[in-house]
Amino acid sequence: MTESRHDKSTDPMDEVASLAAHDPAAAIAIDPIPDRPPRSQWLDVWDQFKTHKGALWGGILFLAIILAVYLGPYVWTIDPTQIDIRARNQGPSLGHPFGTDQLGRDILSRMMSGGQTSVSVGMTAMLLALFLGSFVGVVAGYFRKLDGPLMRLTDLFLALPLLPLLLVMMLLFREPLSAAFGPEQGIFILIVCAIGITSWMPTARIVRGDVLALKEREFVLAARSIGTTNTKMITRHILPNVLSPIMVSATLGIATAIITESSLSFLGLGFPPDFPTWGRLLFDGTDYLQDYPERVIWPGIAISLTVLSVNYLGDGLRDALDPRIRGR
Amino acid sequence: MTIRALLLGAIAGTAFAPAAMAERGADGEVKVIYWQAPSIMTPYLSGGTKDLEAASLVIEPLARYDQDGNMVAWLAEDVPTVANGGVSEDLKSITWKLRDGLLWSDGTPVTSEDVKFTWEYCTAEGGGCAQSEKFGDVVSVETPDAQTVVVNFGVAKPFPYGPFVGAQAPIIQKAQFKDCLGPKAPECTEANFNPIGTGPFTVTEFRPNDVVTLVANENYRDPDKPAFASMTLKGGGDAAAAGRAVMETGEFDYAWNLQLAPEVLTRMEEAGKGTNVVSFGTSVERIHVNLTDVNPDLGDERGTAKHPHPFLTDKSVRQAMSMAIDRALLTEIGYGDFGKLTCNVLPAPAIYASTANDDCLVQDIEGANKLLDEAGWVAGADGIRAKDGVRLSVLFQTSVNAVRQDYQALIKDWWAQIGVETELRSIDASVFFGSDPGSPDTFQKFFADIEMFTNNFDGTDPEAYMANWTCNEFPRPETQWQGNNMMRFCSEEYDALVAEMAGTGDLDERARLAKAMNDMLMQEYVMMPLTYRGRNSAHANSLGGVIMNVWDSELWNVADWHRKQGS
Amino acid sequence: MLTFTIRRLVLAVPTLLFISLIIFLLLELAPGDPMSQVPLTVPLEVKEEMRKALGLGEPIPVRFWKWTVQFFWVEPQVLIDNIFGTHFADGKLRILSWQTRSPVMDIVAQRIPQTLWVVGTAYVVGILIALPIGIYSAYRQYSWFDQTGTFVSMIGFSVPPFFSGVLVIVIFSVHLGWFPSIYDTTHRVTNWDSFLVQLRQMIMPVMVLALQITAQISRFMRASMLDNLNQDYVRTARAKGIGEYYVVMVHVLRNSMIPVVTVIALGVPAIFGGAIITEQVFKVNGIGQLLIGAIQANDLPMVQTLAFIFAVLIVLFNLIADVLYGILDPRIRYD
Repeated sequence: MTESRHDKSTDPMDEVASLAAHDPAAAIAIDPIPDRPPRSQWLDVWDQFKTHKGALWGGILFLAIILAVYLGPYVWTIDPTQIDIRARNQGPSLGHPFGTDQLGRDILSRMMSGGQTSVSVGMTAMLLALFLGSFVGVVAGYFRKLDGPLMRLTDLFLALPLLPLLLVMMLLFREPLSAAFGPEQGIFILIVCAIGITSWMPTARIVRGDVLALKEREFVLAARSIGTTNTKMITRHILPNVLSPIMVSATLGIATAIITESSLSFLGLGFPPDFPTWGRLLFDGTDYLQDYPERVIWPGIAISLTVLSVNYLGDGLRDALDPRIRGR
Repeated sequence: MTIRALLLGAIAGTAFAPAAMAERGADGEVKVIYWQAPSIMTPYLSGGTKDLEAASLVIEPLARYDQDGNMVAWLAEDVPTVANGGVSEDLKSITWKLRDGLLWSDGTPVTSEDVKFTWEYCTAEGGGCAQSEKFGDVVSVETPDAQTVVVNFGVAKPFPYGPFVGAQAPIIQKAQFKDCLGPKAPECTEANFNPIGTGPFTVTEFRPNDVVTLVANENYRDPDKPAFASMTLKGGGDAAAAGRAVMETGEFDYAWNLQLAPEVLTRMEEAGKGTNVVSFGTSVERIHVNLTDVNPDLGDERGTAKHPHPFLTDKSVRQAMSMAIDRALLTEIGYGDFGKLTCNVLPAPAIYASTANDDCLVQDIEGANKLLDEAGWVAGADGIRAKDGVRLSVLFQTSVNAVRQDYQALIKDWWAQIGVETELRSIDASVFFGSDPGSPDTFQKFFADIEMFTNNFDGTDPEAYMANWTCNEFPRPETQWQGNNMMRFCSEEYDALVAEMAGTGDLDERARLAKAMNDMLMQEYVMMPLTYRGRNSAHANSLGGVIMNVWDSELWNVADWHRKQGS
Repeated sequence: MLTFTIRRLVLAVPTLLFISLIIFLLLELAPGDPMSQVPLTVPLEVKEEMRKALGLGEPIPVRFWKWTVQFFWVEPQVLIDNIFGTHFADGKLRILSWQTRSPVMDIVAQRIPQTLWVVGTAYVVGILIALPIGIYSAYRQYSWFDQTGTFVSMIGFSVPPFFSGVLVIVIFSVHLGWFPSIYDTTHRVTNWDSFLVQLRQMIMPVMVLALQITAQISRFMRASMLDNLNQDYVRTARAKGIGEYYVVMVHVLRNSMIPVVTVIALGVPAIFGGAIITEQVFKVNGIGQLLIGAIQANDLPMVQTLAFIFAVLIVLFNLIADVLYGILDPRIRYD
């Protein structure tokens, strides 16, 4: 893949120089004799990733969050919906390290079970939006004929008022999905789809803008002139070059998805009320900000840490996947 | 006048305040916050409480209810009764006398023609008047002279105080609204936003759903009132922000309807700038039990009387579910001092309140379990009771509201202890309380087993309220799922009591009938009252004269509001 | 480029008509009832009468046609009347809100100033802060400045305004008492003092909004700059002895602007759309609060009109973004 990856070019004035630099023959000619056996490309990526401290820590933190919310409940076995009315509104203690809420439910276990929902909704919805957005963006930017219709579709989705759209989706699909996948799984699918299909548009616009510019670059012309098929062109030449806006969209997308989910719960369009999520815990805690500040601090920290770790992870991945930076 | 008032207001803010008391406009500005903003200044085109109360600052009825639910004459000389001859012996007509010298804010006199016009306005064809129920059975309004109004009813009205009484039915000026009848009503934007009235204030600027600015009415009947020269009625935000603005930052003087957790309200009060006030009307947070089967497999016949509910038709199940609820705890957590315990759906006025059902005040999980054991419901391996393959598993729906979600969680927990499985659902209030026949989520359609919400009735007479639960009030496909008998409860005996009350004039007898109906509903356990809810607001400590009133507009006595001395 | 712009503008008309139809059908299909906020004490038959008075009894195509005529024919006439004092629109029925029974456009006009003041200022402030941060962060990647910038902006982005808004109110209004917690929409700026009052009441909502905008835009700016800083043309430019400032601020910046321009252009309609939660928290009562209130009250004419105005702005600013692409990178051609 590395060899087919051409540099993005060039300021117009330096066209000649950069064309020379891109001459494959020239590149081979000046390549020194390798002093070690050829390595797998992914090892290179990993090597670069390792040297990126932020990315490494981000990855570790993200893994830790995932482990905590998914494996935590096996260690901390209090049921998040168990009500203990005598222990309501307690501060942190040994029995309840994060305290209890207004019904005496253990906040630590609610954070864990809320985290499962929030992280999985955030990740899945982000991936869905990213997939839709990149697909529409690349196709629209690359195929001139599809540009108009796809961008009008994007305009349409940008213009649709979100709340009525969600209400309609709930009305039409809640019962069939609940019947097919069970109430919780059904709602999960519905929410992921709702967030996904209402947040892909900025990504699509951004990617399309970049693709429009890329398409006119020399290396694309060169690749086309040697008969590269459209599919190959997109996967090998276009997509790797639009990775960085996609990565930024991805990291911002997780935060947006987690927060959108909380506003959905707040509007009664989200998960059933006895089903905590981080966003919902944060929202419920806001009224008690002055009385029990820890109730907003825990979910606030959790959301921020997740978003931060994903962001650093994304930074590192992008650097690691970019051959121009790799090895520097 | 305005400049003088403003000057006086400025002075009032200084050391001269005590001396300037008891004079119109002496106390400067009063700022009120409604977290739901008023969208129109007339109760006739909007039933919303926020609009009704905003309008009550400007337009007034002939008589209204005081803080105890007693009727007091307002624009009328006195309240007509059979005893004083104001109400005819056959209960078919009522004669009101207007006060002397009443003026509209534009300086013209208020006459009986205006009163008659108000009736015409609200009953005009195609106007969609929100208060037309108040004028039900009125066949004619006569105006023998400029001060006298005679309202004639088509039937005997034991309670003839519907028209022109209470915040819902104030008098509007004929001259201003005469071209706004029927379908033209919404086109009179200027009149709807700035009605000419008799109240203590008049509108200077109305920004719909945002803010209303008002100044004292120069022609108000009491020359010394209102004490405030101007008023700002700000809308928007949420209850917590409104409470904060009055009790913590002191930016506003009065905040309406603070539906917040009791501990939050108490803490806000501790900041020392404001006080919570509460008053109890007829609002009861209750659970309704669906007696029909709402299984989606039934298709079009889902939720109709053709298919009785598989297990909620068993009275012992309903009774056990009621017994398992700890109402004291619910009330303490959800409303604190702003809620009371009740075992009745009709908790007030006092003469209607039954004491026959007070067993419900104490939670009895053991008793509930015993009852279910006796009825043959046996707990399975998962702890859920079942009989003949029918599991006690219910879907419990309500609107989105923090307190309701806490109630749901607690009740689910208690029902689990008696072997009843509960799935919770919360629905956006605009869908839940809407009546879109295409939506499965409305509270009337009730495609769930259990639902919870609050209801109350206007004024002090429960006749119409108790008539909600007759057989023909079933929501069903033929009525586009409209109807108030959400439980689909049907009893000939109950219907007979409703019919009897409609023909009874004697107050004690009416009270006996209302209690009997209430007891029947309670002892059938088709409805489970949870909390008798008060309405709570907050006012700044420097604001005097506030008397909380749930029977009428909260702002009913705004003419008496004043700035307390020394603050 | 000119023909492209004209062609796109012409094409925008059927697109917008189609969008307005889709919005209309969506609103029709959504469950909800304009009477849901009317107290339960109002009898059902009365509610039915009220619904009919709103025109809900008529079939859907008729209602869509009425709205279209009112929006595209009557409302422009009202506008002309207001500007030139003519009487074209006299006696014609305008789009009436179901909540207030008054013309929707009047309320929109009333709401625009506060939205522009608050959301517009926040947007400008956000962009002005974000661009330098993004550029410098990329230029000095992984420096302490970059790390701090990343940290702060990601925190800013991950904290929802319903929380950050309440937090700043509790700190600055309740405890410190510096700023009012409630925005006064009737306040007029006439002199320096009243401008200061306006500034004081704007600071908190602008702060909350700008944090989000800065976070978002600076991330895109940084990423895009990073992509370009390692390009060969940069090396060439430096090798030719062009000043470092000129290289970064002219060559690199211009080539990095494409994704940033998209984000900024997409955000402009959102200014007019207002900021629903922030407006709610600070009681700014702008367009965002109007929209959410209308949705909650199922005020379909209001929602339809607002959503459509929003659609027009989106189509327009997307077109502007496309034109800007061509200016930033002359190689992009659309014909």
